[in-house]
Amino acid sequence: MKKISFSEITPEKIYLKRRDFIKKLGLSTSSLMIGQNFLNNAYASTNNLEPTEYRYISTYNNYYEFGTRKSDPVEKSQNFKTEPWNIKIDGEVENKINISALEINNMFESEERIYRLRCVEGWSMVIPWMGFSLSKLLEKAKPNNKAKFVEFISVYDPAQMPGQKYPILQWPYREGLRIDEAMHPLTTLVTGLYGKKLPNQNGAPLRLIVPWKYGFKSAKAIVNIKLVEKMPTSSWMRSSPREYGFYSNVNPNVDHPRWSQASERVIGSGILSERIPTQMFNGYGDEVADLYSGMDLKKYF
Amino acid sequence: MIKYFKAFIFFLCLWPLGIIISNIYYNDLGPEPVKKIMNHFGEWTLIFICLTLSMSPLKRITNLSFWIKFRRMLGLFVFFYATIHLLTYVGLDYRFDWEPIINDVLKKKYIFIGFSAWLLLIPLAATSSQKMIRILRHNWKNLHRLIYAIAIFGSLHYIWLSKTIFFKPLIYTAIIVVLLALRIKIKKRDINYG
Repeated sequence: MKKISFSEITPEKIYLKRRDFIKKLGLSTSSLMIGQNFLNNAYASTNNLEPTEYRYISTYNNYYEFGTRKSDPVEKSQNFKTEPWNIKIDGEVENKINISALEINNMFESEERIYRLRCVEGWSMVIPWMGFSLSKLLEKAKPNNKAKFVEFISVYDPAQMPGQKYPILQWPYREGLRIDEAMHPLTTLVTGLYGKKLPNQNGAPLRLIVPWKYGFKSAKAIVNIKLVEKMPTSSWMRSSPREYGFYSNVNPNVDHPRWSQASERVIGSGILSERIPTQMFNGYGDEVADLYSGMDLKKYF
Repeated sequence: MIKYFKAFIFFLCLWPLGIIISNIYYNDLGPEPVKKIMNHFGEWTLIFICLTLSMSPLKRITNLSFWIKFRRMLGLFVFFYATIHLLTYVGLDYRFDWEPIINDVLKKKYIFIGFSAWLLLIPLAATSSQKMIRILRHNWKNLHRLIYAIAIFGSLHYIWLSKTIFFKPLIYTAIIVVLLALRIKIKKRDINYG
């Protein structure tokens, strides 16, 4: 596959215009995808998805390290230092890795991956990420046979992250996946957004995206990936174990104890647009349902 | 003079509605318009609850009876904004799709308590006139103490719908607790000093 640098990716304005133009011609998005296929591998393209506008993706964020308001991340993260940035991969591995974000960018080719993002709060976006399958990085570390789970630890830097001065959650932010979930090709290590560098408010320089789980599972600004034997406790599980389970797969049939998860509001769709039904595994059931065969998803929420 | 001042306050109380009308006009409601409208009116309902509850403590503290003249108007604005808030949820958010709404009211405690608070507001709004005060006599005062329960319900509604109590739900709850606590003191003083 051809390696793509950020400068080769279509700028977002032209990108949107092109989509608009093609839409006006009456062509379906799938025919557009043919033209884009050189960019995308099998897991990158999801048909008929119209990306949410950049201005919304980059200003409407849950990133409690910078504050609990949606506007806090964009307002308070602009001076956040993402260089130099080191990330450790350790725990139950044969090869402990200590690597910079820059080296990761050079070592692995990022491709465009357009995924739905469903927030546990009941809204959703469609986001054209740049990134690659996390499995490629994990394979370099060679997980040993005791590695059953993967823990993701985000940066702890209260001097730069005002939200971390308050006990909103247990800092640093922690998330986790089962090893087979982490190795799944859809599980993406994200380096960019809309063909550009990842903005600070979206979790720069490196974040996770697990498109079939609620957004909070996708840890931002990761500094440590730990392969472990026992199921790790995430920050949200610790804050409210009854409400936030380890799996947190998008599931319209299992409500959050305090609100319904049956439907969602699409970001940027206007005041008169309707809620849309939430899909099982956020619409990625064909790819991931196998991971959970035989499991009671009400119990393992 | 007080008449003109009251009219001025009345128009000032319409400010939160004006903001949303202007937002709609300039198409400036942001990424989640329905939620923004709903949260906006919900928050203003809580603010008006706090304002309404502030009037008698202010009377005590400043020794001026003039505050009480605004209490009814502020209370009716609580009902006004609570009703718009509810209509936004039922009409704009759920399109009068009753099945999920009834499910929410019965199963989700934040909806249940929010809806209960709105129901409790109805008798208060209905008995707000001078005439009703005369008809109900001492019962009127007892009935209108429901606002204390409504205030607590309102703050619980906010806490339960939020992912974390930090920071706004905590701030409103603290204000309401202080305003209610002030009343306990006032009552004790009433007993002591007649």
